[in-house]
Amino acid sequence: MTRYSAFAVAREAFRDHQGWTRAWASPEPKRKYDVIIIGAGGHGLATAYYLGKNHGIRNVAILEKGWLGGGNTGRNTTIIRSNYLQDPSAAIYEKARSLYEDLSQDLNYNVMFSPRGVMMLAQTEHEVRGYKRTAYANALQGVKTEFISPARVKEFCPIIEIRGPRYPVLGALWQARGGTARHDAVAWGYARKCSEMGMDVIQKCEVTGIRSDGGVVKGVTTNRGDIDCDKLGIVVAGHSGHVADMAGFRLPIESVALQALVSEPIKPCMDVVVMANTVHGYMSQSDKGEMVIGGGADGYNNYTQRGSFHHIEETVRALNETFPIISRLKMLRMWGGIVDMTGDRSPIISPTPLGNCFINCGWGTGGFKAIPGSGWATAEMIAKGASGPLAAEFGLDRFREGRFIDESVAAGVAH
Amino acid sequence: MSHRLSTGGRLIDRSERRSFRFNGKTMTGFAGDTLAAALLGSGQTLVGRSFKYHRPRGIVTSGGEEPNALMNLGTAKTFEPNARATTTELFDGLTAESQNHWPSLEFDVGEINAKLSRFLPAGFYYKTFLWPRAFWKHVYEPVIRASAGLGKAPRHRDADHYEYMHVTTDVLVVGGGIAGLTAAKAAAVSGAEVMLVEQTANWGGRAPVDGAVIDGQPAEDWVAATVAELEAMPNVRLRTRAMGAGVYDHGYSLVYERLTDHAPDPSRPRHRLWKVRAGRIVTATGSIERPLSFAGNDLPGVMLAAAVRDYVVNYGVAPGKRTVVVTNNDDGYRTALALKEAGLEVPVVLDARKQATGPLADAAREAGIRVAAGRGIAKVTGKGKVEVVHICDQAGAGAVVEEVRADCVAMSGGWSPVVHLWSHCGGKLTWDDENACFRPDPDRAPTGADGTPFVAAAGAANGAVTTAEVLADAWAAGGGSGEAPKADAEDRQPMMPVWAMPAQAPYALRAKSWLDFQNDVKVTDVELAAREGFQSVEHTKRYTTLGMATDQGKLSNINGLAVLARELGEDIPAVGTTTFRPPYTPISMGAIGGEARGELFQPVRRTPIHDWHEENGAHWEPVGHWRRPYAFPKEGESTHDAVTREVRATRERVGLLDASTLGKLIVKGPDAGRFLDMLYTNMMSTLPVGKCRYGLMCTENGFLTDDGVVARLSDDAWLCHTTTGGADRIHAHMEEWLQTEWWDWKVYVANVTEQYAQVAVVGPKAREVLQALGGDMDLSKEALPFMQWAEGRIGDFDARVFRISFSGELSYEVAVPASQGRAFWDALLDAGRKHSITPYGTEALHVMRAEKGFIMIGDETDGTVIPQDLGLNWAISKKKEDYLGKRAQERDHMTDPLRWKLVGLETLDGSVIPDGAYAAEEGLNLNGQRKTEGRVTSTYYSPTLDRGIAMGLVERGPDRMGEVIDFPLIGGGSVKAKIVSPVFYDPDGEKQNV
Repeated sequence: MTRYSAFAVAREAFRDHQGWTRAWASPEPKRKYDVIIIGAGGHGLATAYYLGKNHGIRNVAILEKGWLGGGNTGRNTTIIRSNYLQDPSAAIYEKARSLYEDLSQDLNYNVMFSPRGVMMLAQTEHEVRGYKRTAYANALQGVKTEFISPARVKEFCPIIEIRGPRYPVLGALWQARGGTARHDAVAWGYARKCSEMGMDVIQKCEVTGIRSDGGVVKGVTTNRGDIDCDKLGIVVAGHSGHVADMAGFRLPIESVALQALVSEPIKPCMDVVVMANTVHGYMSQSDKGEMVIGGGADGYNNYTQRGSFHHIEETVRALNETFPIISRLKMLRMWGGIVDMTGDRSPIISPTPLGNCFINCGWGTGGFKAIPGSGWATAEMIAKGASGPLAAEFGLDRFREGRFIDESVAAGVAH
Repeated sequence: MSHRLSTGGRLIDRSERRSFRFNGKTMTGFAGDTLAAALLGSGQTLVGRSFKYHRPRGIVTSGGEEPNALMNLGTAKTFEPNARATTTELFDGLTAESQNHWPSLEFDVGEINAKLSRFLPAGFYYKTFLWPRAFWKHVYEPVIRASAGLGKAPRHRDADHYEYMHVTTDVLVVGGGIAGLTAAKAAAVSGAEVMLVEQTANWGGRAPVDGAVIDGQPAEDWVAATVAELEAMPNVRLRTRAMGAGVYDHGYSLVYERLTDHAPDPSRPRHRLWKVRAGRIVTATGSIERPLSFAGNDLPGVMLAAAVRDYVVNYGVAPGKRTVVVTNNDDGYRTALALKEAGLEVPVVLDARKQATGPLADAAREAGIRVAAGRGIAKVTGKGKVEVVHICDQAGAGAVVEEVRADCVAMSGGWSPVVHLWSHCGGKLTWDDENACFRPDPDRAPTGADGTPFVAAAGAANGAVTTAEVLADAWAAGGGSGEAPKADAEDRQPMMPVWAMPAQAPYALRAKSWLDFQNDVKVTDVELAAREGFQSVEHTKRYTTLGMATDQGKLSNINGLAVLARELGEDIPAVGTTTFRPPYTPISMGAIGGEARGELFQPVRRTPIHDWHEENGAHWEPVGHWRRPYAFPKEGESTHDAVTREVRATRERVGLLDASTLGKLIVKGPDAGRFLDMLYTNMMSTLPVGKCRYGLMCTENGFLTDDGVVARLSDDAWLCHTTTGGADRIHAHMEEWLQTEWWDWKVYVANVTEQYAQVAVVGPKAREVLQALGGDMDLSKEALPFMQWAEGRIGDFDARVFRISFSGELSYEVAVPASQGRAFWDALLDAGRKHSITPYGTEALHVMRAEKGFIMIGDETDGTVIPQDLGLNWAISKKKEDYLGKRAQERDHMTDPLRWKLVGLETLDGSVIPDGAYAAEEGLNLNGQRKTEGRVTSTYYSPTLDRGIAMGLVERGPDRMGEVIDFPLIGGGSVKAKIVSPVFYDPDGEKQNV
């Protein structure tokens, strides 16, 4: 496989780019693998990658019913941050964020991690106290954040209206090494490396059943035949409930549409990511110049990747007030993705009632930022057969025990 | 070059000149022009620069699909970037600037990218800019961002305003061409309520330009008559400048009406967003012509053939003096004929089809136009404009057989139905081989809740081609009975799909053949994507950015799909399309927000006493949708000092709090008692009439979610106080349980929060102040003891008086009808003057409750705290079989003795522990994080004790009284605090119970 570099691009330029080969192979499924991962989104591919890289397990297939990276990995607003309140969250998101720092080099694929800084605006006294608390927690967790003044908010992001009038900005929680990355590239970069390690990334391969024997998984049934495995990882985001059902267990999750939208592109005017949770909206500017905007999730369960317009209205109203200059920009496109919501809005990384079957789901509205850390922790769990410290608190049993990891205090909108 | 013709132009009024500025230069046009028409009429063919390579670009289209002619429009508070010149109507004083160039449109440094384009193929940025690591953020990304981005960022608050309209209609017809008019008429004569919307200022669409004849009349006349007929019908609503923007579930549709863009008027809304609930939607949205993929097809002067015709016929504007027409279908000839009729030169029509036959080709020949069959364009060359057209055999590899000088190329690659609205809500497409296009699949329409289709496509949008087909199809889509409008059948020659021109074009030509003009995606980019395995159409799109520009692929997608299909050796329908998403063309954020801006954005809820607070210097704090006074600083006083003063005045004499924002829910009915027993952790059914009880409410997961005092009003009615922020949430919570779980219980809940003004009169002199007002109530300790309530008159006011206290002082909370609230407040101020009665704000409230050890929802609770953590076991009934959260609170983790529990914290040095601080233990957990053993939940300077006090949750806290724990500070150092009782003030309640 060609190593990517400016030199390689220059070399290819002189032969009309005819020498580029496939970024990932397109193999036929084998009869059996050591590990099958269902779902070639960011989390599934990262899980496979770290299985190979950290644990030397390379006889792995990643099965994708559609096109890889086509779920929430390719639909989110690309925000990366780790300024979470609770210890288990901060640990896994910070692990992810720190892996993002070197991911382009690690994958030899430019995922465009841009640590431009993330700020979460405090617009009520209650939020001020909440974010100060997060800053204290982060200091002990080894996550670099600080609570900054309105003046510094304005300095970092001149297009914010800090005087309100409805909700003046009272400060912000600032994570300088948070930012964004190119979402598709994350999936593509992992897929390319998985393929390079000899793993089989198999698209258009839909799992229709999970086979087991004596309470232990044996393999999967797909539209391309039966495939056996020693261990199975279910990493399918918006369809977790369906696939868990095939494995014979239920999940404490609900599936709802989360929407996002972009404006037409404009010249750079915003160098940070801003989240305004009091009014429910967040915004950043992509490298193409589009203002990338996200808001709340629909209030009802569904599987259509569309969503209702009134959520878009609420989000845009909020942002028109927060960033008055956007009122005369135009919305170019709106879309939705299906997110798994758990009772505590924290993910599930867990063994399951089915032996040798593991699940990673429930990332709710904030999964993209977690991809490398999630893959790391899930790979460790699958390789060792039990959760390591990063995943330990995210087990399914926590719902039975009431051991919730609730971030609601830190973020009304948990992105 | 392009110029204004001396005659013609069906949409312009030559007696009305319009002056405008483009890039600082004054130009003129006519009323009825679009900016694009006026620019072309003024000889301006170069209008912008492309996104990636900064290639010079001209106007390509005459409508909303325009990829190139995007403008920075207006100035300051009315500035708008990325305005399409083709849909911008000209007005006097319009100012426009072209985009994405530096220093000027004509000389753009960014054009270096075009020179380097061989090094910048699709996705090059994924393979490069990897080292050194820090360069991405600090060097590469800023350069890329600055060179991309098109229009300028606005710098000012928008001067305009916007509005919503809500309408319900039987039928929404989108598109005011002959199909839309026909469908609307068909629906209207059947008696249906119809809304018909047209995105441009003019009815009729393409038919009048194309010279159609309907029911024996010229299309223009038929359109005018039909519009007049529809206008006269009471069941029809017609809107121009109104675009169907999106279709959502259940027939909910958006129509985006531009009210003043064509005639700025700050007194009127700029845009109006119609939210239409339609029983049926007919999409009569026409079709869009496709470009042809030949080398140099992006040069200014290369335009869609129908657009060339539009400019000539509609605006009396010639896009060029000598126009080569290149086509793969009959329609191109119409352009050639229109040009000829306007006295312009058409050196040749290149018809890619093997034979150029049929009435239109014959008519062209008769008009003296040379027709070359089987020919195509190898390349178009020129310096920033069309100069020479290099003609080749379409079937060949681009060997040039002839060179023709020209300044314009009119291209037609066939037509694509506009299927966007059909597709938004799940309508599927089918491939039409005859016309080489995707069209709506009538068997897979978007369906409503009952499974019946609610969208029908009509006319060209449904794949109909000739006028006769369009009319018949639209009449049926509108549900018409009887006679449809008629047109003569046409002898039409089949089109020939041309996805590459010439068919065997070598790499060098394909690398100059643009698919997506704005984003600079060329044929070779799609080929590269396919070669590298980006074979899903979504991968190709995302890898190459094909179709991701502001036109969202309206011109490029089908051509791109065809290239991809060819590379993969598949059929186009097997490759499929990307997803069509709203809006059809971009709509303003202002319109999406509607009226909800400024004061109408989350309107402030005001208590009856709000104005007094405002007049008396309240420092406001947003709480829920309310604003509450945080404190009332006097002239020259800090808020901190004001809080101190307010606390002391209240503790020593008497204070006054506007408590009107507290939620008040009346729960009434035969089952109200048992309902409240389920909602609250303690027993409410046994509360005697006349008494009050403090209650806790938990979620199903056991976590404390709200608290407040409940008063029993009568046998079957209770008044539940909630927190200020909780009123609506708790009301909804009650309704959810009543409507979904206990739907057979006889209980009503009414939120009467705003019906009352409630004032807390607090402090040792509280009783005296109230008694001074007179009235018929006995407020003595004996008649109205602590935790009881009574009704009567205080002074002239109708009062319900609660003996409850959130401060630890003697306290009366008095509710009066909202209409009497302000007068009651004023009367209290008067009556309390001799005691220097002192209004206080939320912060003094917080300080006093913390001194007293009362918890605050949102401070001591955060969604993870159960009442047992807070030492509130006394408020949890042991007798009840069940209440919401009971089972959850019995789970392992909830009964874990190591849970963090509420304590008081007293700093050793008397300082105030910072908000949010955590108590740390020695050592790290398995994830390398410092271990913690507690945290501060409320922390204040206590004016009463003159020292810092705090409440916190600490591991096994109540068992560790007297222990000192350590709160590290951010930036170094720490605060040490002793674990103490959370009740710092009057632990025996001697002050409140008097």
